[in-house]
Amino acid sequence: MDVVMLSRLQFAVATFFHFLFVPLTLGLSLLIALMETRYVRTGNEEYRRQARFWGKIFLVNFALGVVTGITLEFQFGTNWSRYSKYVGDIFGSLLAIEATTSFFLESTFVAVWALTWDRLSPRLHCLSIWLVAAASNLSAIWILTANAWMQHPVGYVIRNGRAELENFWAIVTQPFGWQIIFHTLTGAYILSGFFVMGVSAYHLLREQHVSFFTKSFRLGLIFALIFSVAEVVQGHLHGAAVARLQPAKLAAMEALWETQAGAPQTLFLIPDEKNERNLVEIGRIPGLLSLLAFHDRQAVVRGLKDFPPEERPPVLLTFLAFRVMVGLGFLFVLLTGLGWLLRDRLLVNPLYLRVMLYAIPLPYLALQAGWIVTEVGRQPWIVYGLMKTKDAVSPIAASQVGVTLVAFLLVYGLLGVLAFYLMAKFAKAGPEPAPAQAGGGE
Amino acid sequence: MLLTIWFLLWGILWSVYFLLDGFDLGLGILLPGLGRTEEDRRLIYRVTEPHWDGNEVWLIAAGGVTFAAFPTAYAALFSGLYTPLMLILFALIFRGVTFAFRDQSEDPRWRRLWDTCLFWGSLLPALLFGVAFANLFRGLPYDAEGHFQGTLLTLLNPYGLAGGLLFVLLFCLHGALWLAVKTDGEMHRRAAATARSLWPWLLVLAVIFLLASRRVTRLWDNYFTYPLLLLLPLATVGALVLTCLWMRREAWWRAWFASAGTIAGVTLFGVVGLYPHLIPSSLDPAYSLTVYNAASSPFTLKIMLGVALTFVPLVIAYQTWAHLLFREKVSAAAPEKKLY
Repeated sequence: MDVVMLSRLQFAVATFFHFLFVPLTLGLSLLIALMETRYVRTGNEEYRRQARFWGKIFLVNFALGVVTGITLEFQFGTNWSRYSKYVGDIFGSLLAIEATTSFFLESTFVAVWALTWDRLSPRLHCLSIWLVAAASNLSAIWILTANAWMQHPVGYVIRNGRAELENFWAIVTQPFGWQIIFHTLTGAYILSGFFVMGVSAYHLLREQHVSFFTKSFRLGLIFALIFSVAEVVQGHLHGAAVARLQPAKLAAMEALWETQAGAPQTLFLIPDEKNERNLVEIGRIPGLLSLLAFHDRQAVVRGLKDFPPEERPPVLLTFLAFRVMVGLGFLFVLLTGLGWLLRDRLLVNPLYLRVMLYAIPLPYLALQAGWIVTEVGRQPWIVYGLMKTKDAVSPIAASQVGVTLVAFLLVYGLLGVLAFYLMAKFAKAGPEPAPAQAGGGE
Repeated sequence: MLLTIWFLLWGILWSVYFLLDGFDLGLGILLPGLGRTEEDRRLIYRVTEPHWDGNEVWLIAAGGVTFAAFPTAYAALFSGLYTPLMLILFALIFRGVTFAFRDQSEDPRWRRLWDTCLFWGSLLPALLFGVAFANLFRGLPYDAEGHFQGTLLTLLNPYGLAGGLLFVLLFCLHGALWLAVKTDGEMHRRAAATARSLWPWLLVLAVIFLLASRRVTRLWDNYFTYPLLLLLPLATVGALVLTCLWMRREAWWRAWFASAGTIAGVTLFGVVGLYPHLIPSSLDPAYSLTVYNAASSPFTLKIMLGVALTFVPLVIAYQTWAHLLFREKVSAAAPEKKLY
């Protein structure tokens, strides 16, 4: 394998692993902040125990997010130095702004929050988790703005043989960027809601800590329900934006080969990349793709054959990942909708609880699939239309990248297993005893 | 002017990173030596736990600023020093998860495993950052394309290794002083004794390093051109001497600040000596990356300056507040109250 492919794989491993932890940080920090706010408002000790129980899981997850995040900042320089040199003026500054405005805030206050339960006033302590939540979400906004610029570069000018910043405002306000931001954050909130529901379901199935986990379940449910519905609506608009701005990606997502007016949506198909066609197509709905993408049944949708073969993304992977993501997105609406109907009768519906327990991994799968659509679907470009991935790689030896790729797989594999084992251990152990029964300390 | 400001800010950010993370890296290296019992080791973890992550973000910021202000230098440096940077990265990963994983089991073997991770995870970055910066001061084999023409062994020359050792000693002293500030009793005595015994070695190595810099690097050129700048190395040596004086008087907080000043002074001595170079090429001075050929556009530098001047003072303010929050000493007698 050449240095480009190895570097792509290494970056894929690093980002996918990082994003196993990031979404829960984004959503759970908010949920914990809500729990602790309720405690401050009502003085009900149960909410404090809620914040502490979910907080323990949160902290392990947070630690993994932090250490895997450093990798990414290093990798732009170590593995993608030509890219860094070419776009550093814009991309580098967004990264630096992310660090100055967000990373300091979240790392300082996560330590304050974890270590000062007995020292700060409840209000100030609660404020510290709100700051962590705000900083994490702000950091996501900055890094997604940077990613959006790679998807659809704006506000730049090519000068001195590189992309230089011309309009900062255009970069931070571009509508496509905010589509990506909303889409990703919403996904993270769904994941967090499902995580809380799943862990709560585990205990409700055993009928232990019933009041505690019923409250947790309902909070997760409301959160996940709102965002699952929002994601479907927003996802549709997001798709329409992709159709306008990244037509080759859309064609790959839908495995559409021929440019045509009134393009159909096919319920089931198997793409055959080599022969530029689909092997099986079942359930064609004429005009539906045109309608979804351009809000016009007769609109022309560009097919893959419209692009030279070297400018097409990998079709099968993009297509499958898109279907998985969309399918799961609808499933989340169904599951949370059902949950809303059953919200007062959770204990007498063990089947639903069991489904929700085993549903924990599904949003993880959906989010990773979403990133495959975004990143694989952008190929062969690293910056859409501006720089190709193969021109972005560092002048380093394939052996260097190969060795570190193996090291990442081993180290991340090990740490991932440990982290999820610990989170599962804390989740199963349940909350600490209520202060009335025990001293409240540890 | 803008370029000079950013060059200085770049140097200052790295100095701040070293003077902050220096103490927790140093304590990681001293852990096996100072932490004889589990109780001792817990004390060492307790004095670093609230701060290590906040300190490490200064590395992210320093790296981010290198990327944002001098992308050409960032690209050349990070790809050229691929292997040492990957070693640092893996070290920091193991080090970071240690704080989350170590106390999750009572099993002594489990804890010893993570203590080992903390030791290596602290030693490698301290050593390799020293090696990397000394080599930066000395010049690196970059060609006309900005491609690195050396290997890991290129970096392991005597001057580079001296730089690595200097950083390790500086950080160990810094860590020992921090522990002396934060503890009482037996642990305090042990930390103080360690700090005192490290100091003479550090003095010898610092003198050797400064003299070797005269032979091996061109760092002193700027200082002889603008003699006023000589105040900087003088102040650095002064800080090192003050560290000793304050240690003798048992003024531990002051000694720690003097040690912080020494670390910042050593870093800034090199950075000011480098100016206007970011990476001097040892192959041909014409291939060197400087603030003139490696910087971002003036517009980007201006925006970044606005961001830095707004947010860095804020960061300093709330990190100082957090330090005040955790200002009391830790002792085995006072129980821990932590969440994980």
